[in-house]
Amino acid sequence: MAEKAIHLKDDLCDLCGTCVAVCPADALELTECRLLIDRERCTLCLNCVYACPFACLEVHDEVPV
Amino acid sequence: MKSRYDVVVVGAGPAGSTAARFAAMGGASVLLVEKDREVGIPVRCAEGVGEKGLRLVVEPQERWIDRVIRGAYLYAPNGVRVCLETNDIGYVLNRKVFDYDLARMAAAEGAEVLTKAYVTGLLTHDGAVNGVRLNHLGRLFNVQCAIVIGADGVESKVGRWAGLRTHVSLHDIESCAQVTASNVDLEDTHCHFFFGREIAPGGYAWVFPKGNGVANIGLGVSGDCARTKPAWAYLEEFLARRFPHVSVLTVVAGGVPVARPLKRLVADGLMLVGDAARQANPVSGGGIVSGMIAAKIAGQVAAQAVREGDVSELRLKEYPARWHAQEGRAHERFYKLKEAIWRLTDEDLNRTAETYLRAPAEKRSLLGLFATALVNQPKLILEAAKVFV
Repeated sequence: MAEKAIHLKDDLCDLCGTCVAVCPADALELTECRLLIDRERCTLCLNCVYACPFACLEVHDEVPV
Repeated sequence: MKSRYDVVVVGAGPAGSTAARFAAMGGASVLLVEKDREVGIPVRCAEGVGEKGLRLVVEPQERWIDRVIRGAYLYAPNGVRVCLETNDIGYVLNRKVFDYDLARMAAAEGAEVLTKAYVTGLLTHDGAVNGVRLNHLGRLFNVQCAIVIGADGVESKVGRWAGLRTHVSLHDIESCAQVTASNVDLEDTHCHFFFGREIAPGGYAWVFPKGNGVANIGLGVSGDCARTKPAWAYLEEFLARRFPHVSVLTVVAGGVPVARPLKRLVADGLMLVGDAARQANPVSGGGIVSGMIAAKIAGQVAAQAVREGDVSELRLKEYPARWHAQEGRAHERFYKLKEAIWRLTDEDLNRTAETYLRAPAEKRSLLGLFATALVNQPKLILEAAKVFV
């Protein structure tokens, strides 16, 4: 069964870092050009989903590679 | 770039450049690194500062100032507006020029500035921070230092890497969106603040004029309230309702910590300043001056600690001690006020504006406004008095 995971809509992300500040699991990192999501650390608390000003983070089934 | 400095400052915003400038003035060798390709860009900020506060850290320069501000208009949810005139002027800055100049001033004191330089982690020895891992234009470097100053903004990782608890609760983050727009038809000698559940729950909307009909129009909603509707959706509605005819020149998102100060601002070989240290004013969300005031102290303490050869947490605690003495108590009071203001209903806010306008003009003041709003919470009026008188 596919597992839930946080996904980023890249074209909407403004690289503002609000999500990084509210992540209690230290699963997000903002580099100079992208948001990195560490799915191993993510606890799916959804703080980042709620805090994003552009609603560009979503939780849905992880697509199997 | 050398392989070793006394102090490495991560992030060249106003706090980082100020920390670098004062550390260099104190005789430290300083590297100031910025992840973006240019200092000052992008601007994630409403750009408002008080003149008095700014002057505590740096002499204001005309080229930094887009607009001199003489007062504020506060709009209750029903549209009734209250004018606050103060003797203290404010500025709407041009952050691109301001940030650039602050970095240049740090460089003039001897700090080395590097852009496109992203810190990927900290170097440690026996649990103490003693350098950074740096990606500069795709090449990896280890840079040793005595002290790392984290000025890496709301998205700060430097503190977390050193084991400090910098996570901001959803309740204490303002999720913000802003446009810079032209054809804005409001008095451009004043900043404008709009309140109400429909406009910006757990926050407010602002219009900060930049001259020539251009203004920063934005809003912040508390993370709690953004669960069901993002900040950008609130802003689109606000623009459609209040400013249907503006042209949008810039769109930007941002997060502002409106939290209590961190319990720990320092560790062995490490200091945090500015938004990274959650030092923005919890009521206004303003973080430029508060970050710079802290950064000035941090830079001074860092240089002194390096000279003494003791960069332990115990030694660096002089920075939070001085910051608390100067700003910490006010910050705590502002936090309590923020909590109280957020509990006010739209009806409370409407009543406050109307009651306030009935008072004789000479008796109107910011404190008076708070006293009216918090009439059912007399203890908090005292707290307000301590920060506004």
